[in-house]
Amino acid sequence: MLKVTPKTKKILVPLISIFAGFLVGALIMLIWSYNPFEAYSSMFSSALGNMNGIGETIREATPLIFTAIGFAIASSAGFFNIGLPGQAQAGWLTSIWIVLANPNMPKVILLPLAVIAGALAGAAVAGVAGWLRAQFGTNEVITTIMLNYIVLYSCQYLMQQVMSSKLRIDTDTTKTITANGSLKIDWLSSMFGDSRINAGIFLALIGVFIYWYLMKKTTTGFEIRSVGANPYASRYAGMSTKKNIIYSMLLSGGFAGLGGVVQGLGTYQNYFTQTTSLDIGWDGLSVALLGGGTAIGILLAAILFSILKIGGLGMQTIAGIPYEIVSIVIAAIIFFVAIQYVIGLLFKSRKASVEEPEQKTDGTNTANTTSTEGGQR
Amino acid sequence: MENTTNVIEMKHIVKDFNGFKANNDINLTLRKGEILALLGENGAGKSTLMSILSGLLMPTSGEIDVRGQEVEIKNPTVAKNLGIGMVHQHFMLMESFTVLENIILGHETTKGPKLDFKKAQQQIEELSQRYNLNIDPKKKVSEITVAQQQRVEILKVLYRGADIMIFDEPTAVLTPQEITEFIQIIKELAKEGKSIILITHKLEEIKRAADRVTVIRAGKSVGTFDVSDVTNNRLAELMVGRHVNMKLDKPSAEVGKTTLKVSDLKVKNKQGILALKGLSFNLRAGEILGVAGIDGNGQDELVRALTGMQHVDSGKISINDEDMTNQKVRKITEKGVSYIPSDRQKYGLILPFSISDNLALQNYYQQPYSSHHVMHYDLIHQHADELIKKFDIRTTGSSLPVSDLSGGNQQKVIIARELDLDSDLIIAFQPTRGLDVGAIEYIHQQLLLERAKGKAILLISYELDEIMQLSDRIIVLHDGDISGEVKPEETSDEELGLLMTGIKKEGNAFA
Repeated sequence: MLKVTPKTKKILVPLISIFAGFLVGALIMLIWSYNPFEAYSSMFSSALGNMNGIGETIREATPLIFTAIGFAIASSAGFFNIGLPGQAQAGWLTSIWIVLANPNMPKVILLPLAVIAGALAGAAVAGVAGWLRAQFGTNEVITTIMLNYIVLYSCQYLMQQVMSSKLRIDTDTTKTITANGSLKIDWLSSMFGDSRINAGIFLALIGVFIYWYLMKKTTTGFEIRSVGANPYASRYAGMSTKKNIIYSMLLSGGFAGLGGVVQGLGTYQNYFTQTTSLDIGWDGLSVALLGGGTAIGILLAAILFSILKIGGLGMQTIAGIPYEIVSIVIAAIIFFVAIQYVIGLLFKSRKASVEEPEQKTDGTNTANTTSTEGGQR
Repeated sequence: MENTTNVIEMKHIVKDFNGFKANNDINLTLRKGEILALLGENGAGKSTLMSILSGLLMPTSGEIDVRGQEVEIKNPTVAKNLGIGMVHQHFMLMESFTVLENIILGHETTKGPKLDFKKAQQQIEELSQRYNLNIDPKKKVSEITVAQQQRVEILKVLYRGADIMIFDEPTAVLTPQEITEFIQIIKELAKEGKSIILITHKLEEIKRAADRVTVIRAGKSVGTFDVSDVTNNRLAELMVGRHVNMKLDKPSAEVGKTTLKVSDLKVKNKQGILALKGLSFNLRAGEILGVAGIDGNGQDELVRALTGMQHVDSGKISINDEDMTNQKVRKITEKGVSYIPSDRQKYGLILPFSISDNLALQNYYQQPYSSHHVMHYDLIHQHADELIKKFDIRTTGSSLPVSDLSGGNQQKVIIARELDLDSDLIIAFQPTRGLDVGAIEYIHQQLLLERAKGKAILLISYELDEIMQLSDRIIVLHDGDISGEVKPEETSDEELGLLMTGIKKEGNAFA
């Protein structure tokens, strides 16, 4: 066993998970007689080997950064928000709709308006789950899953039945948005080999900074983290658990909504009927877990994910390896992150030996001594 | 006692948990028919040692001889077959089952496919009579008192044929009268030839019950003594490893105006049953009011109502002449209430947070620790360092997680945070629970210092010694009401014990 500080461990565990994920992917490729070296080199060369690849990788990372932040905020408050796909979708449709409905509005007004409205739409969806939890103690896992479906089909209904047909090409696709509502920046796209990279990445970087500042520097973040870590002690310290659950869900949904906004106003420039919950929602959850919930970790994990996704396409075209293999690598990484407890066992925390007798004194949470010495009730 | 055959010999027992030696070369001998007290502080290794003896843990090294034979107690079944039985501090009984069913559970006598209740009942009644336990086997466990439940546990062990019995902190849940009865019972058992190990940290009980005492400290056995040859002070010193001041220096109270006034307080518990049935009392500045009583007689609800954590159904709570009934927690705190909770890890601290964050829990939102919702961590750290120094919190830095601290130091973090608020009213609920003698001494002194500063202190505790030592007045809670008010210098453990069981004192219980 290796002796490391908890901080080093926090960095090492995801790195080992990533390595183990790649290893599992390589083994599977070997089993099916593909050359893993060729595969991985084509993956990295297509994701990072040229300006277009880099641009697309950054573009792919943009919504993931937002959805991951969304997950991380809720998770700090002890809330498992798996409604990110629905919240992102609400943000996507809302922002596109607003831009399409106001084709003549000046960009300085329209673009911020669409972005904010998208964020609010995501916040509203998440807020429902937060309110239910705060008011009735409803399990958020169930409500957010169900809200994903509600949003999925509501969006379909709204687009096909409510949206004016003038804004649509056909029942499943809206018109492409006008430049005054787009996040596209021509010089940026051409700098990155005509890729779909857009101003969303700047918003995402601002988002990362806001997330860090909010959680680490403000009283709101302090309260959210307190309530998440120990709701009982937080209540005794005069914090409102209800208020903080709702706050954190609104913030979480807002960020997830922005993930949908950059997907719509940046990547696709339109909205089209979705048949399943959005991938960016699910991937955001994984990114947040891989990034350990830290601002910088989320940024790096989002980039890794988009390398895998964009590079996976290249692996398919250049090395002829099915995209499913990429999915396996991603799944394996998530798997190893999820079982990071097991990986964590490789390391012996340096403090552990000191901690043990101290914990003993408490009499609580020591599995070994049947807690008989602690209480003098 | 006259018989000196050793039934148990534990030699050089070592138990290593990943480098931490909970037991480090412990020797213990139990003679036939004696009561051996096992004395040690929390964390000294008593429970680990007994878990080894009852087969829950295997020692890393060392030898155990039972009746002269070397044995390996691999699991609880082996222990049972050796005749070793343990009465746990927390009873392992099913409330909805009868005493009989609980006792035979896992050891059912059968007649073909059917349970033979008759035979079992007969055996249990015999045992009950023989040892004066007075237990009706047909009663449900939920219908009998805590002291009777303990006797059911004793019967359980006897029924399983144990003649070596281990009692883990058996008196923690009993009133003084019940303790006297309990000691009679175990003396009777010893006379009948049972060998008994009594785990405890109460010196008085050792004097009354035990023949010999083995003291362990920090995983090592310090020595074994005949109880008649050793004084309480000496035992305390052996247990703690230094001289202990057994008597607190308590000047007489200088009582001021009424700080807390509770009138006709009624509070329902989670099941919707009245847990406080019209409680009234006053607490004045400069005095310590002790609230005695057995666990579960309304203490939790009283504390939760006073701190704003629980809805008050009727009645009034005034703090400094201002109505604080059903106010928000923060409003009450700001009005001048400090609170030391009984479960520090659940209610007092956020374990993964740093020491300085925990010290800031009550004032992080105020100037100068934050302004316009932005935290000023430099000032929070600076203030934390001052508090760490002032309250002698042993740590290498304020940015370490509070979970790294020992129980005593965790409690000091709470004390530091709450006393730093400089509130007029301090509510201390079991403030020394699970702490070692040194930490207890420190916390008692802090409370007395606050009293000298003119603070009003409400001390709710299940430890009678603590109540008696610190309080200026004592009210006794029984079944959600005050069963009496006494002064510590005018009362006795016996009187308090009666009040705790609800036998009301004549006269007015109102201050």
